[in-house]
Amino acid sequence: MTFVKWLKRNLVVIAGLLTLGYLLLPNVVVTVFSFNNPKGRFNYEWQQFSLDAWKDPCGVADMCGSLSVSLQIAFWATIGATVLGTMIAFALVRYRFRARGAVNSLIFLPMAMPEVVMAASLLTLFLNMGAQLGFWTILIAHIMFCLSFVVTAVKARVMSMDPRLEQAAQDLYAGPFQTFVRVTLPIAAPGIAAGAMLAFALSFDDFIITNFNAGSTVTFPMFVWGSAQRGTPVQINVIGTAMFVVAVLFVLASMVISNRRNKQKA
Amino acid sequence: MATLTEAPPPLTPTAPEKKPPRKRGRLVPYWLLLPGILWLLVFFALPMIYQASTSVQTGSLEAGYKVTWHFATYWDALSEYYPQFLRSVLYAGSATILCLILGYPLAYLIAFRAGRWRNLIMILVIAPFFTSFLIRTLAWKTILADGGPVVGALNTLHVLDVTSWLGMTQGDRVLATPLAVVCGLTYNFLPFMVLPLYTSLERIDPRLHEAAGDLYAKPVTTFRKVTFPLSMPGVVSGTLLTFIPAAGDYVNADLLGSTDTRMVGNVIQTQFLRILDYPTAAALSFILMAAILVMVTVYIRRSGTEDLV
Repeated sequence: MTFVKWLKRNLVVIAGLLTLGYLLLPNVVVTVFSFNNPKGRFNYEWQQFSLDAWKDPCGVADMCGSLSVSLQIAFWATIGATVLGTMIAFALVRYRFRARGAVNSLIFLPMAMPEVVMAASLLTLFLNMGAQLGFWTILIAHIMFCLSFVVTAVKARVMSMDPRLEQAAQDLYAGPFQTFVRVTLPIAAPGIAAGAMLAFALSFDDFIITNFNAGSTVTFPMFVWGSAQRGTPVQINVIGTAMFVVAVLFVLASMVISNRRNKQKA
Repeated sequence: MATLTEAPPPLTPTAPEKKPPRKRGRLVPYWLLLPGILWLLVFFALPMIYQASTSVQTGSLEAGYKVTWHFATYWDALSEYYPQFLRSVLYAGSATILCLILGYPLAYLIAFRAGRWRNLIMILVIAPFFTSFLIRTLAWKTILADGGPVVGALNTLHVLDVTSWLGMTQGDRVLATPLAVVCGLTYNFLPFMVLPLYTSLERIDPRLHEAAGDLYAKPVTTFRKVTFPLSMPGVVSGTLLTFIPAAGDYVNADLLGSTDTRMVGNVIQTQFLRILDYPTAAALSFILMAAILVMVTVYIRRSGTEDLV
C-alpha cells in the first residue's frame, strides 16, 4: 500500500526521468561506440574495445578538414548574425518607427519556416544569380537563419533592462556613446552572449540548409551524412563525444563561476 | 556619492528634453535596422519570390527555364506526391503528440520537483545538442538494430505484434519502418517541446497548487483545472516548434526509414539535388510552406494565444 502511494506521488518524477533517459541514450551509445573496433565499414555493431580512434582522431581522410570548415563558417556566421541581430533588437526595443509589424513578421517567419523550404528557395536564388555555391553561399545562408534567433535572445534581455540606468548615466554627463559602451552594452551582454552561443550551435550543426547550398564544400554534418552512405568511421563518434564533454564542462565551469560571484556579491 | 545627493532633483525628469525631436536621432532606428533587414529581405524574402516564379516555369536544364505560368506543375506534383505529404503530416503529428506526452512530465519535473537538481537536469536536456544531430540520429540505428535488446524486449512484450498490425512495423524489424522514423523525429525535436513547456510552467505560482489543494481538489483535478490551462502558451509554442521542423525533415526518414517512409522533405531534396527538376521541387516546397503557414495560423487562432507571435 505504501509503495503504491509512493509510486502515485512520484509518478511524474519517474516519467520525467525516463524521458531524460530517452534524450541521453543516443549520447551514451555514441560515447560507447567511440571505443569500438568495428569489423566492416559501419560502426553500428559492438565488436571489441579499442582506443585506436581516440589515438588518431584525424585518421580519416577529409574529416578534420570538414571540421575546420564548419568551425570557420560557424565563427563568421556567429559574428555576422550577432552584430546584425543586436542592432535590430535595440531598434525594436528602444525606438519607435514605421513598419514595426512588418519588421516583426520578417524576423518571426524564418523561425516558423521548415528548413527545407528556406534551403530550396535560397538555392533557386543562387542558381538564378549564377552564384558559385560553396563557403560564401553557406555563410550567407547561416547568417540569414541565425539572425532571428539572436534578435529574440537579445530583445528579451534589453526589454528587461531598467531604462533609468541609462538616464542616470546621462544625468552624470555621459555622452550617448559613453552611455552605450559603459552602461547599456555591459547590461545587455548576457543576452548578446546567449544569442551568439545559440547562433554558433545552430550554424555548426546545420545540415539541411547547408546540404542545399554547399556545392562541393563539405562541412562536418555533410561529412557525417556522406559517411552514413559510404561507411561510418569510429572517429565520428570520437568528435561527437569530445564535443559533448567539452560543452558540459564549459557550462558547469561557467555555473560554478557565476555561483561564486553571486556569493561574493551577497 | 556626496555630489549625487547634493544635486537638486530634476523637477520634470527628461520629458521636456525629448520634445524637440532631433532629425539625426529620428533616423537612428532605421540605420540600426537597415543591414539586418536588408539581409533578410535579400536572402529570405526574395528567394521565396524566386521560388514561386520557378514553380510556374517550364523548360529543361539545357535549354533554360522560362516563366510560362504553368500551374499544372502544382497539380501534377500534388497528385504524384500526395502520399509523401500525408506521411509528413502523419509522422510529424505523431511525433508532436509523443513529444508532448514524453516532454510534459520532464518539464514538470524540472519546474516543480527537481529542487537543487534543476540546473543539472536543464544542462542534461540541452547538452545533447552539442553532439551533431546526425551522429545522434545514427546512434538510433544501433539502438533499434535487428535482434538488438530493444527490439528483443518489444518482441517479448508483444508490442511489435500490435505495431505490425497497425502497419507501423514489419515483422520483427523496427529499423526501416514508420515507427523508427517517428521515434527519431520524436527524439530529435523533444527539447524544442520541453524548453517552452518548462518556461511556461516555471511562471506558475506554486501557491496556486496549494490553493487548489486547500479547496479539496485532487491532484488530477488540480492538474486539469489549474496547471495545464496555465501552461497553454508553452503547449502551443512547443507543438509548433516540434511540428514545423518535423514536417519538413528528411534526415530521419532517410537514415532510419526506407523508400516506403519517404516524406515530402525527401522528395524536395531529391528533386532539387539529384533529379534537378526545379519547377516540381519549387512547387512542392511552396505547397509545404503554404500548408504550414495555414495550419499554424488556424492553430494559433483556435488555441487563443495570439500574443504568442
